[in-house]
Amino acid sequence: MELRSNAPDGPIQDSWDNHRFNMKLVNPSNKRKYDVIVVGSGLAGASAAATMAELGYNVKCFTFHDSPRRAHSIAAQGGINAAKNYQNDGDSIYRLFYDTVKGGDFRSREANVYRLAQISVNIIDQCAAQGVPFAREYGGMLSNRSFGGAQVSRTFYARGQTGQQLLLGAYQALSRQISLGKVEMFTKCEMMDVVLVDGQARGIVTRDLNTGEISSHAGHAVVLATGGYSTAFYLSTNAMNCNVMAAFRAHRKGAAFANPCYTQIHPTCIPVSGDHQSKLTLMSESLRNDGRVWVPKKANDTRAPGDIPEGERDYYLERKYPSFGNLAPRDISSRAAKEVCDEGRGVGPSGFGVYLDFADAIGRVGEDTIRERYGNLFDMYERITGENPYKRPMRIYPAPHYTMGGLWVDYNLMSTIDGLHVIGEANFSDHGANRLGASALMQGLADGYFVLPYTIGNYLASAKLDPVGNDHTAFAEAEAQVAARMQRLLDINGTRSVDSFHKELGRLMWEKCGMARTEAGLKEALVEIPKIRERFWKDVRVLGSGESLNQSLEKAARVADFMEFAELMCHDALDRDESCGAHFRTEHQTDDGEAKRNDEKYSYVAAWEYQGEGNAPKLHKEQLDFEYVKLAQRSYK
Amino acid sequence: MSETMKLVLNVWRQPDATTKGDFERFEIPDVSPDMSFLEMLDVLNERLTQKGQETIAFDHDCREGICGTCGIVINGVPHGPQKLTTTCQLHMRKFKDGDELWLEPWRSTAFPVIKDLVVDRSSFDRIIQAGGFISVGAGSAPDANAIPIGKEVAEQAMDAAACIGCGACVAACPNASAMLFTAAKVGHLGLLPQGQPERYERVQKMVATMDNENFGACTNHAECEASCPKGISIDFIAMMNRDLLKGAVQHPIELD
Ligand SMILES: Cc1cc2nc3c(=O)[nH]c(=O)nc-3n(C[C@H](O)[C@H](O)[C@H](O)COP(=O)(O)OP(=O)(O)OC[C@H]3O[C@@H](n4cnc5c(N)ncnc54)[C@H](O)[C@@H]3O)c2cc1C
Ligand code: FES
Repeated sequence: MELRSNAPDGPIQDSWDNHRFNMKLVNPSNKRKYDVIVVGSGLAGASAAATMAELGYNVKCFTFHDSPRRAHSIAAQGGINAAKNYQNDGDSIYRLFYDTVKGGDFRSREANVYRLAQISVNIIDQCAAQGVPFAREYGGMLSNRSFGGAQVSRTFYARGQTGQQLLLGAYQALSRQISLGKVEMFTKCEMMDVVLVDGQARGIVTRDLNTGEISSHAGHAVVLATGGYSTAFYLSTNAMNCNVMAAFRAHRKGAAFANPCYTQIHPTCIPVSGDHQSKLTLMSESLRNDGRVWVPKKANDTRAPGDIPEGERDYYLERKYPSFGNLAPRDISSRAAKEVCDEGRGVGPSGFGVYLDFADAIGRVGEDTIRERYGNLFDMYERITGENPYKRPMRIYPAPHYTMGGLWVDYNLMSTIDGLHVIGEANFSDHGANRLGASALMQGLADGYFVLPYTIGNYLASAKLDPVGNDHTAFAEAEAQVAARMQRLLDINGTRSVDSFHKELGRLMWEKCGMARTEAGLKEALVEIPKIRERFWKDVRVLGSGESLNQSLEKAARVADFMEFAELMCHDALDRDESCGAHFRTEHQTDDGEAKRNDEKYSYVAAWEYQGEGNAPKLHKEQLDFEYVKLAQRSYK
Repeated sequence: MSETMKLVLNVWRQPDATTKGDFERFEIPDVSPDMSFLEMLDVLNERLTQKGQETIAFDHDCREGICGTCGIVINGVPHGPQKLTTTCQLHMRKFKDGDELWLEPWRSTAFPVIKDLVVDRSSFDRIIQAGGFISVGAGSAPDANAIPIGKEVAEQAMDAAACIGCGACVAACPNASAMLFTAAKVGHLGLLPQGQPERYERVQKMVATMDNENFGACTNHAECEASCPKGISIDFIAMMNRDLLKGAVQHPIELD
């Protein structure tokens, strides 16, 4: 396996332009002769499918949801970044590029990030033209806020529903192409495997979730836009049905998986309330613009927050990071919360919580302004906890949220399998070891509207693509394997539910491969995971049949892949014997407890090659060079 | 931990669209008030699995009230008793010990039952495909600040755009009409300057598709607004009716 980044040489400011010029084009009248398969219809998938259809390609788009509008992208609250500099506060493409590389703790590919920053401005134009109702000022101009540790206001938003509005924009563009007959849409249709012919990705095998029917779809290229894998931890802020199956199936077929251990823990989520907990709810990071984070100074202080006088509170983020304060980046804020809770200063019934207090902000700007800014979030908090955050500080705690790791892709967003492209959260490309707030929506849409539609043309125009239909034997074989896997799950008929296994695995991953990791812990996890997997395959109980809607069976197939994938995360975390960004190896910290990188040894992307179930994966390294951004210890003090 | 409650659930069970369904009764002796409604169903499903009984199928995904996937009629009310709240955001502290609940799927011929509490809402997608968009391809947009949009208009468009497409409005309507859903999209796009060129064509096409999909007519019951978890106002229906009339008179289109 060879990792060629295909990042263009020359000045970074010109590299995307030059690259676009150098890429081959498909003649407009030939585009309709190409079939492109897009798996996923979130921000990345829907925007890519719509745009490729606009260009003239025949697109088949798949989602396991009942409508493209339900993809997990819908849940993004806070906003989307763009280097528009509308606020005239000194933002620029270079600054967004710089912030993203630094925020990622110097573990991303400079050329990709620069391109992302360049394209960010086009995304806002495109979305506004589609009718995305971004927040506006009285004069009619777009409004911005500062978000996720940025010192300029470059975040565009639509109340607390930015992801929803951006996704609806992409969904509507996709709907238009469906009505024009350029996109064939398959809902409730789950990709179960990719199919390779002569080493090229030439199609997929799917299962219809309502009927259980297994089918094959052939095309000239395949695009995965299947999202992230935070649900490896069971409890996360992601939607319940997010999973790693599509990416992992591609990995099994030869796509390298990059940096699987880079998982972001979001600092502001509602804490766990009991064993019944099924997911954790994010309270948007934008709340940190007005909320102050604190815990009692003394341990095991059970007084109500209002009874704790100012002098006995520790506003620990303001204390430790005076210049960024409550806006310190996610990884840093999350670890700081864990630290105070581990000291016994956590609040709430479980002791795993810290206060996010709006009393000062309400005093300063009034309750109405706070309601206007965050009303829907405050309502959501009250619905879930039964507590009124206008009167009593919110309780928050970190939770798994986003996965920077993903399938390895080159500058053209193609994986190590020819023709298999990966976009959105499913790839590893732009965020290094830590993603800045409001940058995932930007990346998904950059990939889908403005990068992939060009680069895939280059692939189609240059690859030698023999005619392959879904009658090729490779499809029949893959279908038989999928059918056998589903039957195997149904036949076990053990004693434990799929969820119980998922929870067991998730708990282990949270403890050993979560916010803080140690060599010993990871080694233990690598012993435990195969045992859980073995028990799963002996003792899981999936009732019902494979011929109609069977939600346990769907889940079982997804959890089965987590059973293997979790091991890959731990291998990666163990190999990376440094701390960087969200990957915190307790052995490697600075004197004041920050992540300590080892650039000499670990300035690489870890791309793992599958070696068969139970075998240690093989590591390939893509060396990262930093020509523009100077490597430095991140400091937010 | 707060005290637990004992609840009786009567849940609609139906193996598929063509087989007749019926209620099945379950008792749950230990519901925690901190659970969400769907977490209570998770617990019930876990116990059913233990007993070797097939689990109850229900739709859900984000569990944050935004994806629009969940939807159960609880004691006759879509999404249950709490205003402005989806089923997934409803918490058990809204119920009391000894309550008996009736759980049903959305009922409408335009939303056939797939299994138990899961229905097929693809008719909503087809309404959007008929014209619920602004035709602007990637690459052809002007600078985002080139078209100023007054804050009030932007806010009003956002009020309409907040629709999550859950279908509670249809489930609540005695006629199973999809007027609120359709009007929300027509209103969102029709209010904005970008949406003007296609405004009258859009409304005619979307309403025609809505009629073809077997949704009922609107007779102003306003149950839709009352059950909408996002509080979308029926004023948008009035706005749509005006556009429809104007469109039919001044910009009539051929509908096939
Ligand atoms: C609560 C929350 C808030 C967030 N807020 C922000 C924010 O404010 N700003 C920001 O920039 N980012 C935010 N993020 C992150 C961001 O929302 C996601 O990273 C991004 O939306 C992912 O988009 P995507 O298109 O890659 O994947 P998704 O939206 O997850 O879409 C995945 C798609 O793939 C489909 N799929 C997956 N597997 C299969 C399969 N096997 N077969 C068929 N279909 C499949 C799914 O059906 C779905 O259509 C937030 C994330 C969360 C969880
Ligand atoms: S599950 Fe998403 S709105 Fe209820």
